[in-house]
Amino acid sequence: MTQKLFHRPASAADLLITNAHVLDPRTGIDGAHDVLVRGGRIAEIGAAGALSAGSLPPTARTIDATGKHAFPAFVDPHVHLRSPGQEYKENLETGTAAAAAGGFCQVIAMPNTAPVIDAVTVLRSLITVAGQQAHVPTGFLASITVGLQGSDLSPMAALSDAGALGFTDDGKPVTSAGMLRKALQYQRLAGGVIALHEEDPALSGAGVMHEGAVSARLGVTGIPSISESTMVARDSAIAKYEDARMHFQHLSCIESVQALEYWRGHGARVSGEATPHHLTLTDEAVRSLDTRFKMNPPLRTECDRRAIVEGLRSGVIECIASDHAPHARFEKEMPFEQAPMGTTGLETSFAAVYSELVKPGVLPLGLMVERMTAGGALYGLPIPKLEVDAEANIVLIDLEASFKVGEHGYASRSENCCFHGRTFAGVVELTVAAGAVVYENGKELNR
Amino acid sequence: MTNHLISIEEIDRDEIERILLRAQSFAEVSGREIKKVPALRGRTVVNLFYEASTRTSSSFELAATRLSADVINIRSTGSSIEKGESLRDTVQTLTAYEPAAIVIRSPYAGAAALVAQWTDAAVVNAGDGKHAHPTQALLDVFTLQSRLGKLDGLNIWIVGDVLHSRVARSDISAFQKMGAKVTVAGPPTLLPRDIEALGCEARPTLDQIGEADVVYVLRMQHERMQEAFVPSLGEYAARYQINHERLRPGQLVMHPGPVNRGVEISADVIDSEIALIGEQVRAGVAVRMAVLYELLVGSATLAAVA
Repeated sequence: MTQKLFHRPASAADLLITNAHVLDPRTGIDGAHDVLVRGGRIAEIGAAGALSAGSLPPTARTIDATGKHAFPAFVDPHVHLRSPGQEYKENLETGTAAAAAGGFCQVIAMPNTAPVIDAVTVLRSLITVAGQQAHVPTGFLASITVGLQGSDLSPMAALSDAGALGFTDDGKPVTSAGMLRKALQYQRLAGGVIALHEEDPALSGAGVMHEGAVSARLGVTGIPSISESTMVARDSAIAKYEDARMHFQHLSCIESVQALEYWRGHGARVSGEATPHHLTLTDEAVRSLDTRFKMNPPLRTECDRRAIVEGLRSGVIECIASDHAPHARFEKEMPFEQAPMGTTGLETSFAAVYSELVKPGVLPLGLMVERMTAGGALYGLPIPKLEVDAEANIVLIDLEASFKVGEHGYASRSENCCFHGRTFAGVVELTVAAGAVVYENGKELNR
Repeated sequence: MTNHLISIEEIDRDEIERILLRAQSFAEVSGREIKKVPALRGRTVVNLFYEASTRTSSSFELAATRLSADVINIRSTGSSIEKGESLRDTVQTLTAYEPAAIVIRSPYAGAAALVAQWTDAAVVNAGDGKHAHPTQALLDVFTLQSRLGKLDGLNIWIVGDVLHSRVARSDISAFQKMGAKVTVAGPPTLLPRDIEALGCEARPTLDQIGEADVVYVLRMQHERMQEAFVPSLGEYAARYQINHERLRPGQLVMHPGPVNRGVEISADVIDSEIALIGEQVRAGVAVRMAVLYELLVGSATLAAVA
């Protein structure tokens, strides 16, 4: 099988984590345990205090995780690492450092770069760079259409052979139904998932925020929720007709969740993701015209937010994805209508959803962990699990500790985080990805 | 009031009344032969206009001049703005001159609030995108007060392209704060979804316009036809033009200018006694003098000077 995840060489960890509250909803483990990592693999999971580091090399470390939680490390199926071409916003090194700091062991990067990832040469060069710079295993989507222009298919089969996990024109919709249908037909040859940013440009127009009471008050042109939901409904119908595998990115409104549920129930092979910001914020935040709250799709109403949460709980929406979208300070220091869309999210995904939804009792912790680790499997990647013989992909989190977002800067090169300044519970203490320690709280990353 | 005037929503009725009381005394200055007071002598006011403007820019300039301030006028054409300088860099450059106030007009919502973050000068919003135009709303209230005494219980209809109108948004807020009931009316394509959230009623026709004590007519821009908001100016005029056939005796008519004669308002209404358009323009200078005075000299000395 073609390799689909790429990261820089790292030494396999030898590690004893003692007395952690180990929770993995897939294996059913939920309680105080010791976890022994040998040579980058989980060698033993035992009762708290039962394991010793005796079998590990003398250089091995023992981490007292009393009061902390160990989860399978997270997977983010939707990040913008901005390379090639926009390294002033982010690059593979800084973006994956942010991922490591956020507790992620796999990320999937979007192809709306400059140039677009629509050619094997571009993908190969990125894979090479990932092999030198990526702190955590990184996968790539290639574009559906050449240059994201919506008129010619990218060489999907060749891109798939070269390592692309799937295809998306993210940032833009595939406006033409005929074009999308051809891509879905071609998927039977190329494989991979077709992921879609759903938006009807004719309905979005010049909109820059959700169309509703807040946009009416601000006099800022709105993007109606039907801009997204009509495309989810249209494309689900096409997916069903072609029996194609389709994934909807960053769903934002109740009508989209309803369309996804309807078509899934009618046999379409469609899935969906939700972002921490759509799960926890509404367009009320935009009243300030703070450009950190400008993203696409936009923050919508409380009714929409609740529908996204409910969709995530019920499983209509399978996973949480950050849509980490870094922009330079000078780009965001603009009037709202002029500023680019996007918020960073890798370093706050867990803490935002945990603090806003799990801690108040809206979502169970186990369910959140399941949704934070499900994104890669949608693209055929192995799911990180806490079980013996598995590759060590572990995140250690102190749920009692809190932090102020951005107070000590960001691992990301950009600081356009919509949660900037908020105080959240859930501090990532340690991230082990693909068997190597890639992040430790308070320690300078080996860059 | 803070050190800035960004939107009507940020000030309360007392502050509006204080500014308008001050404007009343400046209106008297404007009636003198020497129309100048030394209040802002030695201080600099920057007018930073990113959009074409005749009455707002001239009235701010005149207001600052009559307060004896030094005035710098910067327009987007023929300045470094045209060369692509960012708003922040422009503001930082201007801040080096230590202006007492920056008056900004921008095609983008929130621009004035951003400028306020970047400068120590008092910032006056002279219109930001489709968001707010607070001095227009203040002069509209001033004009109505001058004619009718007060706005409490008044029924005011705002008619036309509400969707694209910062004047409408600021007027809705200001009229309501002064005790009036506001109704917006216009083609459904030009009424923002959920506009009722601002506390006004929305009507797709003028059938009930007889209810209005004051009809505030908005400018109907030609480019709206190209964007298919209305089929034609003719159809718009047939349904929404304010003319003597639609009006009943006793109603007053206002318009922020510039007017399209024969489109949103008939020529004979513009030139009639019931139109307050000229009074609005005159009020503009006194109200903007009052705003600059309140921000730069402050209310502490209000009693002493009055």
